[in-house]
Amino acid sequence: MTTPRPVPSFDDGPDRKLCIICSKGSLDMAYPGLILANAALGEGIETHLFFTFWGYEIINKKTMEHLQFSPVANPATHMPTAVSGLPGMQGVATRMMRKQIAELDVPAVPEFLQMITEAGGHLWACRMSADMNKLTQDDLYDGVEGIISATEFLDISEGAQTLFI
Amino acid sequence: MLTTIAGRTVHVNDEGFLTEYGEWDEDVAAELAGDIGVTLGEEHLEVIRFVRDDFAAEGVTPTLRRISTVGGVPLKRLFVLFPKKPAKKIAYVAGVPKPVGCV
Repeated sequence: MTTPRPVPSFDDGPDRKLCIICSKGSLDMAYPGLILANAALGEGIETHLFFTFWGYEIINKKTMEHLQFSPVANPATHMPTAVSGLPGMQGVATRMMRKQIAELDVPAVPEFLQMITEAGGHLWACRMSADMNKLTQDDLYDGVEGIISATEFLDISEGAQTLFI
Repeated sequence: MLTTIAGRTVHVNDEGFLTEYGEWDEDVAAELAGDIGVTLGEEHLEVIRFVRDDFAAEGVTPTLRRISTVGGVPLKRLFVLFPKKPAKKIAYVAGVPKPVGCV
């Protein structure tokens, strides 16, 4: 005797939209936004990433492969302050973090951005940050769709769940 | 629970995912795919076969990234073949658990 089976309703439910503001340029603060964006896209959620201020490090072609992690003033590393500030410590900590990320088969930043755009995610860059740093679209990762103002970002994010990282 | 798919008795969980790896075949896959609005073609089946082989080898359902990098199917294509929620749809049709990896 068998029972009628449940069928998952993958395509039902409200259309969701997620906007993530990436404002930090350190290795450890780049990943939360990228990972969430990737997960959201896999769930059929319309996803936009807006890079502003230090977040430009993530989409600037010159820096995107060289993000650093600093243990200084980060009590979560459980490293004595006097040690975390020693010369060379940032490089050691960064290498260690990169290794841990790679071991999980999580891609480096440029490949991660490519994954997000291939999955249909949208990348936007902040106008004021571009002007401050004298950067143009040519300086940014190719997948960035445009350099937009705060007002334009508000238009894009209308009705979205918005995260500031 | 026990149910009937493509004329055979199989075990599924509360969501309708198959729970016994060995109870799957391509007839079952075709019916599962039909349930969620996907018509299986050869390209779909190549993805499904990779996912099943990888699950058998690794013990976990591959993520979209793994299907893309190891299975060789471009990510973009996965979103075309199994629109909106590709990871869950692929797992459902392949008769394996939903993937648990974050990336």
